[in-house]
Amino acid sequence: MNLLQRVNWLGWSSFVSLLLVWELVARATPKLELYLPPVSRILGALGRALAAGSITQHGLVTLGRFAEGYLLSAVLAVSLGALLGYFRAFHSLLATLIELLRPMPSVAIIPVAILLLGIGDAMIVSVTIYASVWPILINTIDGVRNIDHTLIDTGRTFGLSRWRILWEIILPGASPYIVTGLRIGLSIALILVTTAEMIAGSKGLGFFILDEERAMNSANMYAGIVVVALLGYALNGLFLLAETYAMKWRHGMMARQAA
Amino acid sequence: MPILDVQSLSKSYRQAGGESTLAIGNITCQVESGEFVSFVGPSGCGKTTLLMSIAGLMAPSSGRVVVNGREVHGPPRNLVLLFQEYNKSLFGWRSVLGNVRFGLEARGDRSAAAENEARKLIDLVGLKGFERHYPWELSGGMQQRVAIARALAYEPEVLLMDEPFGSLDALTRLELEDTLLRLWAELKTTIVFITHDIEEAIYLSDRIWILSRRPSQIMQELKIEFSRPRHQVTTRAEARFMELRNDIYRQIGNQGIS
Amino acid sequence: MRLGRFNGIAFLLALLALWELLAQAQLINALIIPPPSKILGIFFDLLWSGQIPLQILVSMKRALAGYLLAAAVFIPLGIFMGLSPTVYRFFEVIVEMLRPVPPPVMIPVALLFFGLGDEMKVFVIFFSCAWPILLNTIDGVRGVDWVLLNTARSFGLSRGKIIWQVILPACSPQITTGLRVSLPIMLILVVISEMVGSTDGIGYFVLDSQRRFKVAQMYAGMLALALLGYTLNQLFNFLQRLLLPWQRGRQLE
Repeated sequence: MNLLQRVNWLGWSSFVSLLLVWELVARATPKLELYLPPVSRILGALGRALAAGSITQHGLVTLGRFAEGYLLSAVLAVSLGALLGYFRAFHSLLATLIELLRPMPSVAIIPVAILLLGIGDAMIVSVTIYASVWPILINTIDGVRNIDHTLIDTGRTFGLSRWRILWEIILPGASPYIVTGLRIGLSIALILVTTAEMIAGSKGLGFFILDEERAMNSANMYAGIVVVALLGYALNGLFLLAETYAMKWRHGMMARQAA
Repeated sequence: MPILDVQSLSKSYRQAGGESTLAIGNITCQVESGEFVSFVGPSGCGKTTLLMSIAGLMAPSSGRVVVNGREVHGPPRNLVLLFQEYNKSLFGWRSVLGNVRFGLEARGDRSAAAENEARKLIDLVGLKGFERHYPWELSGGMQQRVAIARALAYEPEVLLMDEPFGSLDALTRLELEDTLLRLWAELKTTIVFITHDIEEAIYLSDRIWILSRRPSQIMQELKIEFSRPRHQVTTRAEARFMELRNDIYRQIGNQGIS
Repeated sequence: MRLGRFNGIAFLLALLALWELLAQAQLINALIIPPPSKILGIFFDLLWSGQIPLQILVSMKRALAGYLLAAAVFIPLGIFMGLSPTVYRFFEVIVEMLRPVPPPVMIPVALLFFGLGDEMKVFVIFFSCAWPILLNTIDGVRGVDWVLLNTARSFGLSRGKIIWQVILPACSPQITTGLRVSLPIMLILVVISEMVGSTDGIGYFVLDSQRRFKVAQMYAGMLALALLGYTLNQLFNFLQRLLLPWQRGRQLE
C-alpha cells in the first residue's frame, strides 16, 4: 500500500466535515458564540496566544511538572515494584497497606498535599508522583511475579547473584508488563497535573483553561484545550516510539491497550 | 579424582497434603573428566530433580555432591545446567549474540574480545549468520543451539543437560546429537545427559546409568564401547547397539511407568 | 499464605499505632496530621449522622449517570465500529483526536455549557469513560472468532440476532474489561469535577474540609472515598459473577 492508500481518507473527511459543520453552525448562531465559537476564531485565538507567548509559557510549565512527576514516579514505582515482586517477605508486609490505599481515587490526595505543601510546583509534582506510581507499581509487581522460574534458574546456574538476576534477567523479562504500567501512568500523570493546576494553580495549561473559562473567553479556553490535546498527542507518540524501540525483541505486533 | 562425585544423594518433597514423597532414593556414582555419561529412566522418575540437585539449584535431603573436590552448596562455578524448556530459559530481549555473550559476561568477561568468542561459538553450533536474530524468530532446534552455545560460552567443566532434544522432531534431534558430539570432542567438556530416548543415550554416551522408578536408584551401569567418532548409520547398525537397546528397554519396561 | 496475611495486617496496625503515638505526643503536627483515633471518630460521627452517606449518594448519582450513559452510547458504537471497517474508518480520526485529551480539561467546557450542576459532572464522566469502553468493545468484537460467526450464519440467523445472540456474548469479556477499567476513571473524574466546580458531593466535601481547616474531617472524607472505591470494585465483581457466570473473572491493571 502506498502512502496515498494508507491515509484514512474517510476518517479525515469526516473529521474535517465535523469541523466545517461546527464552523458554519457557530457562525450562523450568534447565541452560541459564548459556548461554541467558530473554529476559525479558536484558531485565531490560538495563534495570538502563541505569538504573545502566554500559552507557550503555560505549556512549558505544565510540561515541566509532568516530566518531573512522571519520571520520578517511574523510577520510584519500578524500583519498589521490582523489590516487592522479588522479595516475598517484603511484599507480604506491605500487601495489606497497598490493598487499602489502592481503591482510593488518587486525586483525593490533592487536599492533603495542599495542606502539607501549599499551592505550587511541589504540591503539583507530588500529587502527580503519588497518582502515577500506582499503575506502574502494580504492573511491575505483576510482571516480576510472572517471570518463569526457568529464567531465574538459568541465572542461578550461571552463577549470578540475586541482585544481578533482578537487574539483568527479571527487569528485562518483566518489561512488557512494566511498559503497560508506564503507558497508563503517562495518562494519569497528565490528568493529575492539569487537575492540580485547575484546583490550586496560578500557572500552567490547566489553570489557563479554567481561568479563561471564568473570564468567559471561550475561544482562548478552547485554544488551551487544543494545546493540551497536542501535548497529549506528542507525549503518547513519543512513548510509542520509545516502546517500539525498546520492545523490538518482541513479536512485531503490540496488542493495543485501551485507557 | 573424578570430576563429579555423587554420594548417597536423596531428595524428598513435601506434597500439598503434607506427606512427603521420595523423589530420589539413594544415588551414588562418579564421573571422570571428559566423559559423556547419560541417565535413562522411565518418565517421572526424578531425573530432573537429580540434575537440579547436582547443579546446586536444589538442596539434597541427604547425601552430597562433590564437583572437582568441592562440595556443592549452591550453583558451582564450573558447572552449568541446560534446562528442558530451553525456550523459557533463553533471554527473549537479547539477540542470539546477546544470549551467547551472556555466558561470557557471567564468567566475568565483558571485554571487546568477548564478542569474537561469542561469534566463534555461534559458528560452532552452526548458527552463523543468525547473530542478530531474536529467539522468537528461531525454530526449536535453533533455540536449543543458542542455549548450548550460551552454556559453552561459560566454559564449564561439567555440562548438565536435561532432556535437551526431547521436544524436537526426529531429524533435528539427530542433527543436534551429532553437533553435540562434535562440540564435546573439540572442547573436552564433561557432559551429564538425561534422556528418555534409549537409543539416543546409547549413541552419545561412554556410560549409561539406568534409573529405577521413583524413588530413583541406579539399577545398572552400562559401559558403551563403540568407537568414536560415532556415526548415525553405522554405529546404530551394529548388532551390539540393538542388544543394548533391548536390554535397557526391558529393564525399564519391567518397572512400568511411574 | 496465612502467615503472609498476618504480616501485612500486623505491619499496618503497627504503622497506625506509631502514627497515633507520634500525633498524641505532638511529635508530628496534629493540626496537619491528626491521630487516627480522631479521624476514625469523626468518620463514624459523619457516617451515623448521615453526612457522609448523603454526599456519597450525591456523587454516585452523577457518576453512575455518566458511566451508564457512556456504556449505552459507546458499547453499541464500538460494536458497529468493530464489525464494519468502513464505520471504523469513519470515526477513527475523530476518536484519535479526542482520545489524548486529559478528561479534566473538559471540565471548563462543561462548566461553560452546564454551569455548576449535575449535568456538568455527567458530561465529564461520559467523556472520560468513553474511550476505555469504546476501544475495548472494538477489540472485543474484532477478536470474535469468525468460525463462531459463520456457524451462526449457517443457522440462518438474521443480522440483528447474530449481533445480540452471538457477538455480544462472545465479546462480553472484553467489554467487561472496558467497563471495569472505566470504573476507577469514573470515580476519579467525579471527585475532580466536584473539586473544581461543585457545592456538594464527596469530592467537594474533602476539598471544602481542607479549606475550612477541618483536617480530621478531610481525612475522614478520604477514608470514605477509599471505602467507596473498594465497595464499587466488589459490587462490580458481584454483578459480573451474577450476570455473566460463565465468564472467568480477569484480574486487571
